[in-house]
Amino acid sequence: MAKGDRGAPARGTEVAGEPVPDFVQLLTPDGERIDKSVGADGVEYTVDFTDEEYRGLYRDLVVIRRLDTEATALQRQGELGIWASLLGQEAAQVGSGRALRPQDMAFPTYREHGVLYCRGIDPIMPLSLFRGVDLGAWDPAEFKVNMYTIVIGAQTLHATGYAMGITKDGKVGGDDGEAVLCYFGDGATSQGDVNEAFIWSSVFHAPIVFFCQNNQYAISEPIEKQTRIPLYRRADGFGFPGLRVDGNDVLATYAVTRAALDNARHGQGPTLIEAYTYRMGAHTTTDDPTRYRVASEVEEWQAKDPIARVRAFVEKQQIAGADFFAEVDEQAKQEALHLRERVLAMPDPHPLTLFDHVYPNGSPVVDAQRERFAEYLDSFEGSAH
Amino acid sequence: MAEKLTIGKALNAGLRRALEHDPKVLVMGEDVGKLGGVFRITDGLQKDFGEDRVIDTPLAESGIIGTAIGLAIRGYRPVCEIQFDGFVYPAYDQIVSQVAKMHFRSQGKVKVPMVIRIPFGGGIGAVEHHSESPEAYFAHTAGLKVVACSSPQDAYTMIQQAIASDDPIVFLEPKRRYHEKGEVDLDATYPLHASRRLRPGTDATVLAYGPMVRTALDAATAAEQDGRDLEVFDLRTLSPLDLEPVYESVRRTGRCVVVHEAPSNVGLGAEIAARITERCFYSLEAPVLRVTGFDTPYPAARLEEDYLPDLDRVLDAVDRTFGW
Ligand SMILES: Cc1ncc(C[n+]2csc(CCOP(=O)(O)OP(=O)(O)O)c2C)c(N)n1
Ligand SMILES: [Mg+2]
Repeated sequence: MAKGDRGAPARGTEVAGEPVPDFVQLLTPDGERIDKSVGADGVEYTVDFTDEEYRGLYRDLVVIRRLDTEATALQRQGELGIWASLLGQEAAQVGSGRALRPQDMAFPTYREHGVLYCRGIDPIMPLSLFRGVDLGAWDPAEFKVNMYTIVIGAQTLHATGYAMGITKDGKVGGDDGEAVLCYFGDGATSQGDVNEAFIWSSVFHAPIVFFCQNNQYAISEPIEKQTRIPLYRRADGFGFPGLRVDGNDVLATYAVTRAALDNARHGQGPTLIEAYTYRMGAHTTTDDPTRYRVASEVEEWQAKDPIARVRAFVEKQQIAGADFFAEVDEQAKQEALHLRERVLAMPDPHPLTLFDHVYPNGSPVVDAQRERFAEYLDSFEGSAH
Repeated sequence: MAEKLTIGKALNAGLRRALEHDPKVLVMGEDVGKLGGVFRITDGLQKDFGEDRVIDTPLAESGIIGTAIGLAIRGYRPVCEIQFDGFVYPAYDQIVSQVAKMHFRSQGKVKVPMVIRIPFGGGIGAVEHHSESPEAYFAHTAGLKVVACSSPQDAYTMIQQAIASDDPIVFLEPKRRYHEKGEVDLDATYPLHASRRLRPGTDATVLAYGPMVRTALDAATAAEQDGRDLEVFDLRTLSPLDLEPVYESVRRTGRCVVVHEAPSNVGLGAEIAARITERCFYSLEAPVLRVTGFDTPYPAARLEEDYLPDLDRVLDAVDRTFGW
């Protein structure tokens, strides 16, 4: 190598290959409980759950996967326009979603159905968006989950601004302090908005946790198309801690997210969490992943399934037995059935509603168009149209 | 030589030919490589021309357009794909403040011969940001040219012309018509910035572009049954507009209806109506009417059929020009 030539960095070795560095893990894929795990931030992480809590996490994981499967089926049957499946990312979503305290606010992408579930949002609500009857159904203030954001990365700035508002309101510093949990994907890290959010949150010491689900793909593009270093290390350059967690480990994800949120609420500023996981399904129901990835890669990740390891653990520890698993499966089935029935019964919106809510104070232009369109529709009354 | 192709396949063939013809041509965007784009417009191009020329970029539209400017300054001819209309806005600053102004600011010394391909318009049942019609934002910007293809022939020919042009061009593709088939003459030559009369008629002139061309033609067919003979134009070039043939038509018919999916407020239709009024005032039997999307954000998919202009709304407007 010539003097001064730093050479090209190794391509993707640390990023996509094994072994994964600095990975907080508390539950192995085989269901072995690791007592403590040190993160890239030098902090030791662990969880101290009761048996009931372990069973609760298992229940969440199984139910959201079942609901997701139902949504995929509904799309295939033409009942949804499109569906963005969370398959494979259940632990990242339940671990982080359950780590939120009631006063915290979450800003999702379009794939955080599991987080919504943890926040008590009726699973029908994201489905109305994907069915095409509305553009977002739940009240963000009621559930403390903002609307889905489809424009990649845009919500990271909204989340940062919201967190700045928490500081301005004096709501940081105590146990009752508030924090923001901001979701985005690996692909999103390339957007200017996301990098600006990192800068803002750092400069204003905002109470925010950036939760990046690195599911290894942005549609067809593997993570190497976005970065030459592990994503969590980006935080360093912006001036706040970053760490990587096994995103298929619900315990570790919970532990790091809970700690980062508590740090934020106590006035210690932002953290970037990279939840290392895998998108087991297609990007959305319109995508065909066989065009860009090999089956063996999917199989490899299948062995790291986020649910199987919890089941193995609770079985081994005799925290739960056959009756419990059967009962959870039954609950998941019933919730899915209930969801299906309600999707099928969901009425189409009335045409004139498309003129609603354009402005808080209304607009004569919109009003005139609504009136004219109503007359136009009436002109077809009684005709075969 | 002629072939029957869909609009999507014709674009692919046109891009392929441009890549073959000029080694400086690059294709860049999100998922354009291995996947061949979410609409498969660039299918197979990376395999045949390599990763150096057909580039999967990081997920950042401002980055795509900004680096394309640099590549263009360096002598390349980038063809950038914006995945969906609603995702062009992160690049808006680079397009409007940089792409559009380089040549002017440098007194002609710097050219940025790039093409910004945008699948546009609705009708595919998508979630929000996937069905928009942003053409007016770009047509409003001096320094950019804006064109829209509506047929396989134009898809094939216009994409090559746009790439060969030294002007930066926003190239709009009617995504809901990607699968429509038609005859393509692989050696056809005609000007890029010219409107085209697709159907002669005597009673009223209907103007459309992109996805609404099919709608306008269908309306003309339906009008025939009511004994009305509509003349239909495909505008093809939105900036600059080519309206001379339209003026000639309107002077004959005395009636004109402009159709686009984009909202009406300060849209292309307003500019077109103003110019026709200026040039054909004494021939007009009725004001130029617009059939457009409403002045609301693009609605949820289950309402898009109500939002989008369709055959009935075009005929309704034609009727109204007769009732004036
Ligand atoms: C600004 C913008 N550009 C492009 C798209 C189209 N798009 C939708 S999802 C996606 C990939 C996102 O990847 P990632 O951030 O990793 O999230 P994931 O889907 O993997 O959860 C792209 C390019 C978009 N929604 N917004
Ligand atoms: Mg991803």
